[in-house]
Amino acid sequence: MTLKLGVPSKGRLMEKTFAWFGKRGIELARTGSDREYAGAVAGVEGVELVLLSASEIPRELSEGRIHLGVTGTDLVREKLAAWENQVEEIAPMGFGQADLIIAVPKFWVDVETLDDLDAASAAFRARHGFRLRIATKYHRMIREFLRDHGVADYQLVDSQGATEGAVKNETAEAVADITSTGETLRANHLKILSDGLVHRSQATLLRSRKAPWADSERTALKALLAKLDV
Amino acid sequence: MTNTSAASLRLVAEAARLRSFFETSGATLVEADMLQPAEVLLDLYGEDIRARTYVTSDPLRGELMLRPDFTVPVVQMHMNHGAEPARYTYSGKVFRRQEEDLGRASEYLQVGYEVFDREDPAGADAEVFALFNGVLRGKGLSAVTGDMGILRAAVSGLSASDRRKNALLRHIWRPRKFRSLLDRFSGRTPLPAARAKLLDLLETNTQDVLLENAGAQVGMRSEEDVRARLTVIQEDAKEAPISRNEAEMLEELLTLRAPAPQALSTLRDIAVDMPSVATATEAFEARLAAMAQRGIDTANLDFDASHGRSSMEYYDGFVFSFGKTGQPAVATGGRYDALTRVLGQGRSIPAVGGVIRPDLLLAAEGAI
Repeated sequence: MTLKLGVPSKGRLMEKTFAWFGKRGIELARTGSDREYAGAVAGVEGVELVLLSASEIPRELSEGRIHLGVTGTDLVREKLAAWENQVEEIAPMGFGQADLIIAVPKFWVDVETLDDLDAASAAFRARHGFRLRIATKYHRMIREFLRDHGVADYQLVDSQGATEGAVKNETAEAVADITSTGETLRANHLKILSDGLVHRSQATLLRSRKAPWADSERTALKALLAKLDV
Repeated sequence: MTNTSAASLRLVAEAARLRSFFETSGATLVEADMLQPAEVLLDLYGEDIRARTYVTSDPLRGELMLRPDFTVPVVQMHMNHGAEPARYTYSGKVFRRQEEDLGRASEYLQVGYEVFDREDPAGADAEVFALFNGVLRGKGLSAVTGDMGILRAAVSGLSASDRRKNALLRHIWRPRKFRSLLDRFSGRTPLPAARAKLLDLLETNTQDVLLENAGAQVGMRSEEDVRARLTVIQEDAKEAPISRNEAEMLEELLTLRAPAPQALSTLRDIAVDMPSVATATEAFEARLAAMAQRGIDTANLDFDASHGRSSMEYYDGFVFSFGKTGQPAVATGGRYDALTRVLGQGRSIPAVGGVIRPDLLLAAEGAI
């Protein structure tokens, strides 16, 4: 059997992944027409390329349908329960950096820390009659983070895009989202809590603990890792 | 998970045995819907409960939750049309989502007994405990008891503003956060840098100036909310710290673990310097007396003042559990007067009860 390597199927994440492997002597390429999700690997034996949406790669790894995968560590932590039992991080790849953060309106001069957010949530609930809303698509990570930091009386509302606009649109009072430069946050009158960094994410090469690891796949992995020098 | 038919029949029989024991003891059998409105439970337990329950939705009814326990629906049923006093029993599956440990059951049977009675809380506490003790006797389990009422009374008696006391009470269920608040309020940890900076700014600027320079006001948390909290922050900065002596006494109380008679004696000592716990200590004593009357060996009853602090947050008085050390409890229970106030929308009734897990009880028996 061949070793299946899952990589993002489009955009900058795909290009940078191809470049990262290319620099280490392994050529990844899409084959066929522009719209066909097929790929080829050169420079190492027994490895098959599988092109997938970055957000599906954690699940494919945990199901054991691919042996290796490239995706953001934020997606791994969000999509997989007890992720360490399901995948192993082999190598950070130095691109796709983004921070998952908690941000509140800049004019909340009384709120700088998670403790402030907790106190403000209690007061907000008492005054407005509902729990302070935090818009996010990272439900698991934010819930665990806020629980570990003793924040109560909030609720998470789902936001799959344009999350920074949720406060202005009054569908949430605060947001928890990915940012790289903070520019969108500033443009939407938001600031990051001083202890509101939940996770530093970057593209990472991952190994599935759940995939079938027969001799042939182990041999291919060994050859691949030697070549990648990780 | 599937059960072999013999094991599953045994489980059903065990649940039936427990239920009929409670019925014979005077309880009315009640049922509850498996699907509960999620909003009620989320408002009660907080967002955390999503990690531990199955939430689903229905286009007409909105978010629904597979019942994580019977307490909330039974309280609601009682508040809506129960006659007083009342004793209820129920038996059925509850559902708990497991995110970390596949070895833990995601659905299991619970058999419960709940008492709604305005008269004689000590007697009702003792009644529930004695029933559980009776039906669980000889199964190799040990009991631990506690009293959230004593902790609450101790916090309420601190020399601090109501605001600080309420903040502590709000987090009494989160031991780590509670500790960090207590450290802050008693001056053992310095002000966080961000807070010190804000207070400096407020020394030399009015709230108006601060708000003017802070940018656009977006969202439903209004300028008024921000101003109200700034005032609170300024008041809090002026407040004297909770004395070292009081903080230490509270800690002594939190770590108190002893057989009930020694615990009572220690509590009486603490009550000399901390009069706020006197009433709760008397209630504890009355409960012990009521338990002894029902044949409980209170001389060897384990009392742990912090017992129940990390369970689901609704017990506010007597708490107990039966189990084996280091294993999930076979039975748990306690008093939850405040929950009836929250769910009763203005009305309330003192309530105490508990649940047994027949699966764990059978497993414990098998291990004897």
